[in-house]
This record gives sequence, C-alpha cells and structure tokens, in this order.
Amino acid sequence: MCKLEVENLSVSFSHYDRGLRQQMVEVIHGLSLSIKAGQIVAVVGSSGSGKSLLAHAIMGILPGNAVMAGRICYGGETLNAQRQATLRGKEMALVPQSVNYLDPLMRVGQQVRIPGADQVQAAQQRNLFERYGLEPGVEQLYPFQLSGGMARRVLLSTATLSGASLIIADEPTPGLHHEAARETLLHFRELADEGRSILLITHDIESALTVADKVAVFYAGTTVEIAAAEDFAGHGERLRHPYSRALWNALPQNQFQPIPGAQPLPGQLPDGCVFAPRCPAASAECSEIKPDMRKLRGGMVRCIHAS
Amino acid sequence: MIRKLLAFLGFKAVRLASLMFAISLISFMLVQNSPIDPVQAYVGADAVRVSPEQRAQIAAYWGLEKPPLERFVIWSSALLQGDMGTSMIYRQPVEEVIGERFLNSAALMGVSWLLSGIIGFIAGVVAAMKKDTWIDRCIQWYCYTLASTPAFWLGLLLLMIFAVWLGWFPVGLGVPAGVLADEVTMADRIRHLILPALTLSVVGISNIALHTRQKLVDVLESDYVLFARARGETGFRLFWRHGLRNIALPAVSLQFASFSELFGGAVLAEQVFSYPGLGQAAVDAGLRGDVPLLLGIVLFSALFVFTGNLIADLLYRFIDPRIRKAGVR
Repeated sequence: MCKLEVENLSVSFSHYDRGLRQQMVEVIHGLSLSIKAGQIVAVVGSSGSGKSLLAHAIMGILPGNAVMAGRICYGGETLNAQRQATLRGKEMALVPQSVNYLDPLMRVGQQVRIPGADQVQAAQQRNLFERYGLEPGVEQLYPFQLSGGMARRVLLSTATLSGASLIIADEPTPGLHHEAARETLLHFRELADEGRSILLITHDIESALTVADKVAVFYAGTTVEIAAAEDFAGHGERLRHPYSRALWNALPQNQFQPIPGAQPLPGQLPDGCVFAPRCPAASAECSEIKPDMRKLRGGMVRCIHAS
Repeated sequence: MIRKLLAFLGFKAVRLASLMFAISLISFMLVQNSPIDPVQAYVGADAVRVSPEQRAQIAAYWGLEKPPLERFVIWSSALLQGDMGTSMIYRQPVEEVIGERFLNSAALMGVSWLLSGIIGFIAGVVAAMKKDTWIDRCIQWYCYTLASTPAFWLGLLLLMIFAVWLGWFPVGLGVPAGVLADEVTMADRIRHLILPALTLSVVGISNIALHTRQKLVDVLESDYVLFARARGETGFRLFWRHGLRNIALPAVSLQFASFSELFGGAVLAEQVFSYPGLGQAAVDAGLRGDVPLLLGIVLFSALFVFTGNLIADLLYRFIDPRIRKAGVR
C-alpha cells in the first residue's frame, strides 16, 4: 500500500490583474505521484516549476489565496484540511530549504524541540545532534550563527525528532558543497531504510539519483514522467519523455546539451502538451491535445508519442 | 561584552556633548535675535515704576551691553558649572523649576507612556492575528482616526465631556484649588492626572498599534512561521513562541524612541488642562520672555529625547542576539 498518493492535484492562485479583475492562475495541474513506505521519491524539475507548492499542498500550508483541487491520500485516508492539521508535525514533517525557516531569535536547540518538550525529548535532540555531527554547543547558537551545512542538519533534526513517517524535503542540498550535500542525502537514505517515506524535492537530478528509488520529472507545474532511478542511464534511452531525456542529457557529465526555449510561465501554458513548443519530436497533434498520464514500461509518462 | 558597552557609551557621550553644544548655540542665537527684551521681561508689570536709568543699570548688571559671543561664553560656562540662571517668572533657580515641573510631567508622561505602550501593543497584536476581520478593521480605523486627531482638540473634547458635562473629573490644574499643599492627597493628584494622561495615551496608541500590527503581519508571513505551522504549531502558542519574540524588541524600542512625540504631546495636553508640568512652563517661558528658563527647558528636553533614543539603541545592541553576537562566531 502506498504511504502517500497524490492524484490529479492542481493548485491555483487568485490574484488581481489590472485593477479589480480577479484572475485565477493555475500553478500546478494534473499532478499525480505516489510513495511507498521506505521509499525515496525525488521530484526533479527546474526552478519555477511549482515544486515547493507541491510540498506546501501536501502539508496543508498553502497561502490563503490558493485553491487546491484533486485528491491527496495519506495511509489510505483522504486528507482534508482538518486531517492535515492533526498530522502536521507528527506524521508528516517538512524539511525546508534554508536557515530562513528558523526563528532568528530562538536558540537552535530550543527550536528543534517541540514546544512543551520534556527531558526525554531534550535528550533525544542531543542524540540526534550527535548523530548528525553537530557539536553540543550548537544547540545554544542562534540561526544566524550556523553555517549552511549546519543549518541543513538542524532542519533535518526537526523532522527526524518529530518521528514523522512521511518527510518532505524541499531543496535540501543547494548551497552545500559536494561532500556536505552527499552526506545530507545519505541521512535521508538512512531515514528511508528505517521505513519512512521521503519526498525529495530538488532541481539537482544528479545527486537525487544517488539515493532515490523513483524519480518524478516535473515540468511547468505537472509531472511529465515517473521513472525508476535506474532508467536514468546512458543517453537516457530508457527514459519515456523527451523532457526527461533533455534534462538528463543537459548534465555536464552526459552530453552537456541544452535545449532551446524556456519553461512557460503559469497562466501562459500552451493549449496542447506543455512541452510541445520545445520538443524536438513534437507533431501537429501535440499542440492540440493535452496528453494524459499513462503507464509505460513500469513507469508513467505524459506524452502521446512515447513508446 | 562590557568593553563593547563602554565603547558604545563613550561614543554616545561624545555625541551627546556635541548635540548639547549645537543646541545651546543655536537656541542662544535664536533668542538673541528674537524681539524679547530681557529687561522688559524682568520688570514686567512694574514697568511704569522703573526709570530708564534703572533699566540701564539692570542691563549693565546682566552684562547685556557685551557682544553676543562673550555673553554666550559667560552663559555656557555658568551652565557647565551647573548654574542655569534664575527664572524671571518664577523667581527661582531654573534647575529647581525644571526639577519640580518635571516631576509633575514625569507622572503624566510615564502613565500615558505605559498605557499607550501596553494598549497599543495589544491592539496591534490582536489586529494582526485577526487580519482582515472586522476586529482588525475597527482597530485600524481607530488608529488612523486618532493619528490624525490633534492632541489639544482631543483634550478639549475630553474636558468638555468628562469634566464639564459629567463632572467626573476636575477641570484643570494638578491639585485642587484653595487647598493647602500639605493637605493635598495622593487621590487628588491622581484625579487631576487622569484626563491629561488619557488624552496623551489615546493619541500615542496609534503609532505603536499600527507598527506592531505591520510587524506581526510580516512575521506571520515569514518563512519561519510557515515552517512552525508545518510543524503543527498554531494559534496562541505559535504567537507566543515566535510572534512575541520577534515583535517585542522593535515595539519597545519604538516606544522609547517616541519620547519626542511624548514631550510634544505633553506640552499641548498640559496647556489644555492647565496642568503644572514642564510643557506648560515651556509655553509660559516662551510667551513671557523668560529666557533662562526657556533655554533650560530646551536643553533639558533635548537630553530627555536623547535618553529615550539611547535606550532604544541600547536595547537593540545588547538584547538582539543578531547584533549582540555578530562577529563573535
């Protein structure tokens, strides 16, 4: 059974466009993915594709002007706002991007512990800091005194300490040097091996592949492909979607080949397939029909030509 | 830490000295060029009985025929020795007048400072926590209305309603008229204090409330509050753990930095209520040409406002860990 299932999720924002005309802009649309217990699913895509919003939608902490549609299931149970509020911080934990997510005026140790923490929790927190190689003095520091790597480990400790069985990590590695990034990801692997489910949101496909089981490729607010991590090999022959292949081949150690064009902005999506304007294999049909997600060779793909 | 504090205070002392010098020079020059005739102000109602020869003698006694620069040097060196001169209208040394008047004003300003600070802070917090609800709108409406209300007008309004029509409070003064000083009770003083203090605090609330509201709205939209919510913190506990911590210091600092508005407001409120405070003395000294008292009050109020700003600065520097510990790492 899947720990988390997201089906046909869409997130829109209402905003005022020129004067008082209210407009809805759909930032995420038709997104589906699922995670089993003990699995790491990496959601990869370039910046501005709406990845962070996915995390916020699952946690139920979208801003007030956001409207969500679709279904999110946790442990076989459909999540509504009330259910999300009960699970937040207990069953589901977020590992945010940066030190900005820590209260600037609160000592780190106090912050990692859940409010009203007892002695047992304080001891657990110290153990965790030790496990993540944070010196005992760190808990007395303020967030601005942490280095990038320390901050990342502190944030990770909050999720681990909560005992949550679903951890959503939003860009946990940028800004870290190679060694520290690898170490952070290995910590996630450890947590997954303990039976937790991890949703790893990142734009760094290369390091995500070192620990992920499955990869969901995100483009212009939707998933275009869900593939096993092993499919990312060679020149991407086993990948199903042309965007995944382009992403893979753009890496320096592969062919270092960029594709022309840019990701369309939310609210300015093409009529047909979102990738059609940049796709080397696009046909006339592609710019007319929006392809659905379909099963293909043990994965999923959103492309009418994929085989 | 201690060394940093001393260095900071030393720097501030230099700032204060140069500020006081500049203010005394400028105000001396202003008074020098004003149409006030010190001799006329001194003789006052006795003008008809004082002959021109006697006037010349007074002028010579005070050294009025000397050039302005020399007089400034004489006045400022006396000032440095603690001699601020004699008030012409009170016939008392200036420092005594200021001391006595300031005690009255301190009670008035202190009470309204505390009241406006506490009420304003709470109002701001409530407005921000209930942003865009009717409570928030009411508080904001109240703040904008009062922010554009002159203190003296509000004072007159309160005086009319509570003192004249309802008769709950005395119409003015700091103590009951016709009662011996020994027989004035604390209750009397408090009864006379309530209306002016209310006037001052009602006006002072807007500033702190609007500032606190905006600050807390920003904090509630910050990434760290989003993360706190993601960790299951909500409502009052969220405010207590993250909100209060991040808005208290700016609010307290703002309140200390508002000493100048407080003093300005006190001048008007004391005038309306004939409350015998420093503000009223300042107006009297100005209108009746009491130069030593006027200069004394100018210098004293500058010191008062400077102290408020200094405290605000100190709070930030030695309480906020981001500034306190910067560079210690």
